[in-house]
Amino acid sequence: MAQLSADNHGLRLAVRYTVLGLIALIFVFPLVFMLMSSLKPDAQLLSDTRSLRAFLPVGDISLDNYFDAFRRAPVGLFIFNSVIVTGVTVALTLFICSAAAFAFVFIDWRGRDLVLTLILATLIVPFETIAIPLLLIASKLPWLGLDGLTYGWLNSYQVQIVPFIADGLTIFLFVQYFKDLPGELIEAARVEGASWWQVYRRVVMPLAGPVLATAAILKFLVMYNQYLWPLMVVQEERYRPVMVGLQYFFQLNRAWGEIMAYLSLITVPVLAFYLFLQRAFIASIASTGVKG
Amino acid sequence: MASVSLKNVRKNYGAADIIKGVDIEIADGEFCVFVGPSGCGKSTLLRMIAGLEDISGGTLSIGDRVVNDLPPKDRSIAMVFQSYAIFPHMTVRENLAFGLTIANAPKAEKDAKVAEAARILQMEHLLERRPSQLSGGQRQRVAIGRAIVRKPGVFLFDEPLSNLDAALRVDMRMELAKLHSDLGATMVYVTHDQVEAMTLADKIVVLSAGTVQQVGSPLELYHRPANLFVAGFIGSPKMNFVEVTIDAVDASAIRISGPAMKAQTLPLTGAGQKAGDILTLGVRPHDFKPMDDGAFTGKVTLVEHLGNETIVNLALVNGQHLIVALDGDTACTVGETLTVGHPPEKAALFDQAGNRITG
Ligand SMILES: Nc1ncnc2c1ncn2[C@@H]1O[C@H](COP(=O)(O)OP(=O)(O)OP(=O)(O)O)[C@@H](O)[C@H]1O
Ligand SMILES: [Mg+2]
Repeated sequence: MAQLSADNHGLRLAVRYTVLGLIALIFVFPLVFMLMSSLKPDAQLLSDTRSLRAFLPVGDISLDNYFDAFRRAPVGLFIFNSVIVTGVTVALTLFICSAAAFAFVFIDWRGRDLVLTLILATLIVPFETIAIPLLLIASKLPWLGLDGLTYGWLNSYQVQIVPFIADGLTIFLFVQYFKDLPGELIEAARVEGASWWQVYRRVVMPLAGPVLATAAILKFLVMYNQYLWPLMVVQEERYRPVMVGLQYFFQLNRAWGEIMAYLSLITVPVLAFYLFLQRAFIASIASTGVKG
Repeated sequence: MASVSLKNVRKNYGAADIIKGVDIEIADGEFCVFVGPSGCGKSTLLRMIAGLEDISGGTLSIGDRVVNDLPPKDRSIAMVFQSYAIFPHMTVRENLAFGLTIANAPKAEKDAKVAEAARILQMEHLLERRPSQLSGGQRQRVAIGRAIVRKPGVFLFDEPLSNLDAALRVDMRMELAKLHSDLGATMVYVTHDQVEAMTLADKIVVLSAGTVQQVGSPLELYHRPANLFVAGFIGSPKMNFVEVTIDAVDASAIRISGPAMKAQTLPLTGAGQKAGDILTLGVRPHDFKPMDDGAFTGKVTLVEHLGNETIVNLALVNGQHLIVALDGDTACTVGETLTVGHPPEKAALFDQAGNRITG
C-alpha cells in the first residue's frame, strides 16, 4: 500500500515536471532564438532556421550585429528614454492610484460609489478611441519647464507620461486589495491618532507589497511596450522610446541580425525589473505575513 | 482620566434605528460594562464613543467636552478590538510605540513608556517579535499594551477576550481587573459574557434592541432586576419564570397561586395590584431548596452533578420545567419526585408589562 502510493506520488511529480518543463520551453524558445540569432550574420541566421541550429550558438558567432545596431540607431538613447518614461510613470501611477483607491475604500464621502463606477467604466474604453482627442489636447497644453512657459506637449517626456498616470485598472487592483485588509487595523490606527496620510503611509502601504508588485509589473509592461502613442506624439529622435526605435532596422534593407541584437538589448531592462520585483515581492510577503 | 456621559444618544442607518436614545453616565475611573444579546447595539455604542461611527442624535461628552463631532484622535481614548488589530508589519515594540511615533514623541520618552507598558503586561521578552510569532493571548496583550502606552482618559474594549480559550480568558480577566485598579482609568467594556460582566464591572449597562434596560452594580442587577429581560439575562442558570394569579393583596403581602404551584404569600405591598391579576413569579435556581412543604413538586427529568452543585431539571404537573441548583452532594435520581421551595423574600414578581413589583 505504502509502496503503491509512493509510486503514485513519483509518477505525479514526473508528470507535473514534464508539463511544466514543456510550458517553460514554449515560453523560452523565442527568447533563445532571438539571442542566438543576434550573434549570427544574416545569411547563416536565415539558413539556420531550417534546423535546430537556430537555437544553438554555432557557426560564425560574433557581436558584430550589436556594433552595427549601435551604428545604425542611438540604441542607448532609446533605452534611456523608455526607462525614464516607464520608471516615472510606474512610480507616479503606484502613488496616485493607491492614494485614490485608499480614498475609495477607507474614507466616507458623498458620491464615492458613483465616481468609482465611472473610473471602472473607463476600463472598457480602448485607447485607440481616445488617442486622437488626446493628441489634440496634448498638442495645446501649457507646460512650465526649464525654458519657461511653453504650449504644446508634443516631443517631450511628459506627453508620454502624464496621460497614463491615472489608470482605472491599477485603481481597481488597489481597491480590491484594500477591501480585503482588516478594517479594524485602519480603525486602530485612527484611534491611535494617525491622520489619513499617516494611515496610508504607515499602515496601508507597508501591507500592500503584493498588490504593489502586481500593479508595477502590469504597468511596466504596458509602458515599456508603448508604440502607437509615441509614434503619434514624438517625432524627434531625442524623446523616442525603444518600440518606435525598432523602425530604424526595417528601413532600406531588413537587417535581421541587427534587429535581433536590438531586441536582445531592449529585453535587458525588462528582465532586470522583473528580478528586482520578484525579490521585493518575496521580501514583502515574508515581512508582513499578509498573503496576496 | 475622564468621565463619559451619553445623553439621549441615537444612531440610525437610514431608516433602521439601532440605538434608540440612550442615557448613560460613567464616572471617572469607573469600570463600566455593556452587556446584551447579539445585535443589540453594544459595539455600535462603543464605536460611537470612540468616534468610529457618527452620532445621529443626542450628546456625547468625555470629560467636560462635548465630543460628538471630534475625530477619534482628539477624544483621549484608546480602543482594544476583538480581532486585536495589531499591525502585522511592525514588531511588538513598534506596535506599542505607534501612537507616540505618530505624535512625534522623542525617542527617550517612547522607549521609557514602551518599557513601562511591557513591564506591566510582562512582555519585555517579546518586544522584538512580530505579531505572527505570538500566541493569541500575547497578541491581545500587545493590543492592551498599545492602549495603555498613551495614557488615555478612557479605555474602550470590544469583546477583547472572546477569541481566547476558556482558561486564558479567566487569566486575562483577572489581569484586566488588576490593570484597572493599577491605572485607575475609566474603562468601557463590551461583552456578551455575563461572567465577565459580573466579575469586572463597577457598573453594568444591560442593553436590548438599542435601549438601556437597567444600569446598576452587578449585585443590584442580580438581586433587584428591573424587569423580566434583565432578570432572565443576568444569572446562570437562568432565573425560572412561572405564571401566577393573585389570590389576595393586603398592605404587606401578596398571596399568589398557580396551576403547578401551591399557594404562597410573598412579603410585598403590591401597590396597584388586585386579586385576579396575572403576574410572573421569578425564582433563581440557587434559591430553591428541597423542602417537604415547598411550593413546587415535580418529576426529576435531568440531573447534572457538577461537583460543587447539582443542577436538576424538574418537570411540573402542567408540563413546565424548573431549573433547580442544589448542593453538590444531593442524592437525586432521574424519575423520582421532588418537592422544592424558596424563601419568600427571594422571589421576584413581575407585572404584565414585565416590570418588577417593588415595595
Ligand atoms: N453599517 C450598518 N448598516 C446597517 N445596520 C448595521 C450596520 N452596522 C451594524 N448594523 C446593525 O446594528 C445592530 C447592532 O450591531 P452591533 O454590532 O452594535 O451589535 P452588538 O451588540 O455588538 O452584537 P454582537 O454581540 O454580535 O457583537 C445590528 O442589528 C446590526 O445588524
Ligand atoms: Mg459587537
